Amino acid sequence: MPSDVLDRAAAPNTGEDQVFVMLTVADQTCGVPVETVRDILGEQVITRIPLAPPEIAGSLNLRGRIVTAVDLRRRLRLPPAPAGTKPMSVVADNGGELYALLVDQVSEVRSLKADSFERNPATLEPAWAAFSRGIYRLDDRLLVVLDVGKLLALSGEG
Amino acid sequence: MDDLLADFLTETNENLAELDVALVTLERTPNDEDTLSFIFRLVHTIKGTCGFLGLPRLERVAHAGENVLGKIRDKALTVTPDIISQVLMALDRIKMIVAHLGVSGAEPAGDDAELIALLNVTASGQRAEQEPIQAEELAPPPPSVETQAPMAAAQTIRVTVDVLEDLMTLVSELVLTRNQLLQLARAQENSAFAVPLQRLSHITSDLQEGVMKTRMQPIGNAWNKLPRLVRDLSRDMGKKIELVMLGAETELDRQVLELIKDPLTHMVRNSGDHGLETPAERRAAGKPEAGRITLNAFHEGGYIIIEIADDGRGLAVERIRAKAIANGLATEAEMAVMTDEQIQRFIFRAGLSTASAVTAVSGRGVGMDVVKTNIEKIGGTIDLKNRPGHGTTFTIRIPLTLAIVSALIVEAGRERFAIPQLSVVELVRAQREADGLSESVIERINGTPVLRLRNRLLPLVGLSDLLALGVPDADDAGAYIVVAQVGSTMLGIIVDRVFDTEEIVVKPVAPILRHVTMFSGNTILGDGSVIMILDPNGIARATGVGAGGDNKAGAGIPAETTASEDKTTMLLFRANGGQKMAVPLGLVARLEDIPRDRIELSCGEPVTQYRGRLMPLVPISGVYDSSIPNQPVLVFADRDRTMGLMVETITDVVDDRLSIELSAAQPGLLGSAVIRGEATDVIDTGYWLTRAARDWFDGAAPAGESIRQRRLLVVDDNAFFRQLLVPMLSAAGFHVTAAASAAEALRLRDAGTLFDAIVSDIDMPDMDGLSFARAVRAGGAWADLPMVALTARAEPRDLEHGREAGFTGYVTKSRRDDLIEALRVCLTETVAA
Repeated sequence: MPSDVLDRAAAPNTGEDQVFVMLTVADQTCGVPVETVRDILGEQVITRIPLAPPEIAGSLNLRGRIVTAVDLRRRLRLPPAPAGTKPMSVVADNGGELYALLVDQVSEVRSLKADSFERNPATLEPAWAAFSRGIYRLDDRLLVVLDVGKLLALSGEG
Repeated sequence: MDDLLADFLTETNENLAELDVALVTLERTPNDEDTLSFIFRLVHTIKGTCGFLGLPRLERVAHAGENVLGKIRDKALTVTPDIISQVLMALDRIKMIVAHLGVSGAEPAGDDAELIALLNVTASGQRAEQEPIQAEELAPPPPSVETQAPMAAAQTIRVTVDVLEDLMTLVSELVLTRNQLLQLARAQENSAFAVPLQRLSHITSDLQEGVMKTRMQPIGNAWNKLPRLVRDLSRDMGKKIELVMLGAETELDRQVLELIKDPLTHMVRNSGDHGLETPAERRAAGKPEAGRITLNAFHEGGYIIIEIADDGRGLAVERIRAKAIANGLATEAEMAVMTDEQIQRFIFRAGLSTASAVTAVSGRGVGMDVVKTNIEKIGGTIDLKNRPGHGTTFTIRIPLTLAIVSALIVEAGRERFAIPQLSVVELVRAQREADGLSESVIERINGTPVLRLRNRLLPLVGLSDLLALGVPDADDAGAYIVVAQVGSTMLGIIVDRVFDTEEIVVKPVAPILRHVTMFSGNTILGDGSVIMILDPNGIARATGVGAGGDNKAGAGIPAETTASEDKTTMLLFRANGGQKMAVPLGLVARLEDIPRDRIELSCGEPVTQYRGRLMPLVPISGVYDSSIPNQPVLVFADRDRTMGLMVETITDVVDDRLSIELSAAQPGLLGSAVIRGEATDVIDTGYWLTRAARDWFDGAAPAGESIRQRRLLVVDDNAFFRQLLVPMLSAAGFHVTAAASAAEALRLRDAGTLFDAIVSDIDMPDMDGLSFARAVRAGGAWADLPMVALTARAEPRDLEHGREAGFTGYVTKSRRDDLIEALRVCLTETVAA
């Protein structure tokens, strides 16, 4: 699986169009390659995991599988969502394990043209640069391609 | 060899069945290279293995068959039904021989010359004219071959472990789904689903059991390397060793089996290496020359019990004691109050090797801590029984399976957790604050919670504190304490609520959470929620209780009074103008802050009403200072007596080595000890007890000086008195060893431990003091030792009984200066005599 991730990391430069699940976190549009995504869930009952890193929101039950939920806002050092926000989950596969990324909103699945892809601008904040594989220029906004592998490389795994 | 043969037979039967099918395929498609080389390979394997196992008849037949197949492969022969028939005939012969092997373990007598000749003729390229008729019958055989194949291998089939693992995972999911359905159905009365659901539930349980069975393997599989190991060991060590294996057919989960393989091997090696003596030593001890290692496995409840016993020399308790002290694992003072059992358990600690010369084979102690850790990792426990001179028995208890366990569901800090039922000993309902009504109250020593459970202080840990749940424990004053057994120690886990027990499927936690050692996994409950499974071992490690296998010294409270594995838990306080003082926590029954208005004067002495009785209060400074609004008091209790010692402040509870440097210039102090790097006065509890009640003890005795370093054995079943006597007699200059029972004391004697005198209680369960004295006098190294009886009763008749039984002195428990005096007299007498 990790090699998959690497392959895909290189893919945007090869000129092929990529399909992304588009999501929003703190008004920023982000994308996760559709192949990594197993499920999109609405608000879920999440069990807190004591002593876990703060980015880990807890675990949830996805049809009998236990999925660890990672709070994307916390992971990206963003302020907590305003009260009343019902986070949605993007369930991603990472090395055979399922993880749920808690995001503000999941909007659509869209194929993006390779020629609109760019590397991270050099000035991108380190917290973002670490998890961004690059940027797609959309007509009305910019889309940050999230590096799921790096997002999930939390303490304990190094 | 039997195992090898059995494996060969299983494999050959499978191969033969495949060969039948493959040959028929080859007949239909003579040019199929793949099939041909497959067949050739299989026959070649059979031939090769036969040669290895010494089965000449089988080998010859297989060899002749292989020749023919070789020619076909080399294109020297073309496939014809005749040739295939001949090969099939060879296979049938092989099957016949194999079947016979399976029954009798030996090749049947018989001659295959004709068949071999036929095959050789074919191989040489000539048409065999005298083709037997059976070949014709076998020639068009697909159906008959199909029916023969299962006959050869009907009893077992081989399934890859992956398939079984997948099945187990599916069954686990099914169990979870079943639980969820049951939960839903419970909410609805008279549901039409109720009956079919019940049935589904039963089937699921049966299926679960069935699949579990497929994962079961006889423990003998983990033992099959041991005979060889023991043989090599006996040759290398020049010992004669007999290995007895009982209950090898006892089954357990293959996952568990894999995990205990190495620990078992290590322990058997240890027994042979260190446990058993050389033939010469055994002869001298009057034992048979050949030592015996016995492995015994059996089921008990949901556990498998494995015993590893040797009839060797047993553990040298004295050596372990010395080694533990030398290696800084405990101090002499701590050792003095430890029972033999506790001292023996030091072999499970890292950094203790009792083999004075660590041999190349094993260094006992180097690995035993690892063994213990590995066994505890799979929820097991290990214990040992030592019979000095007669051998050592290790007993391992392991749950049969790890996949599905019964768990207690608890709540703390508004979160629910599962605790594996296997480690739960009992549940206690307790109050957070004393309300005067409830029996069990959580008491605190400088914030550290403890519970009195059947006259023992049980260390407690608040789950919501431990897991940093943030939410204060429920407003409800009541709490539940889950008493958990962790290795040999007990630990109470404070939770807010307890739900029922549920069968849970243990799922590993996500890799990014593996560093949180407090959890052994997670699971989904019947209501669909995810819940973390607590690991009592992890909790114990985190709190320092019974830190077995951990190099770091335990920082927690030992479970069993002060006789901890390692250090003494000391209560620190200040008195006499801020002076640092300490007392073993095990002696303190309770800590109180008594408001000034509740302290009254009785005959000029301060007292307070405590639990419906008057409790005398003794100021440690000698003067009662009535200006303190809340008087901190250490309460000492024994049976129905209590007394309170008034101090300035209670500061802390620490675990440290208690090594008293004798300088008891001041009455009421045993001396000074360095605790936490600071000089601290250790108070003489006995002295203060006498200050409270004249009849508790009488007067204060300065430490005797003339009798130093005499070895003294104190036998008393009452931990309170042992704790009282050991420091007091140590302070008086004796080297004191304490035993909790007469049996334990006699074991010391049998182990060859020597003393100068014995002090024994009279009223003890099992063997009382009088019988003990008779046993001592009956013979052995202690027969002539002075024995002082210690008792609550001192009627003339009792004295007489005591003397008849063999006691040289008789002292009432309340008169401790008499005890020292009696000892002095006895010991001078023996010196004089």
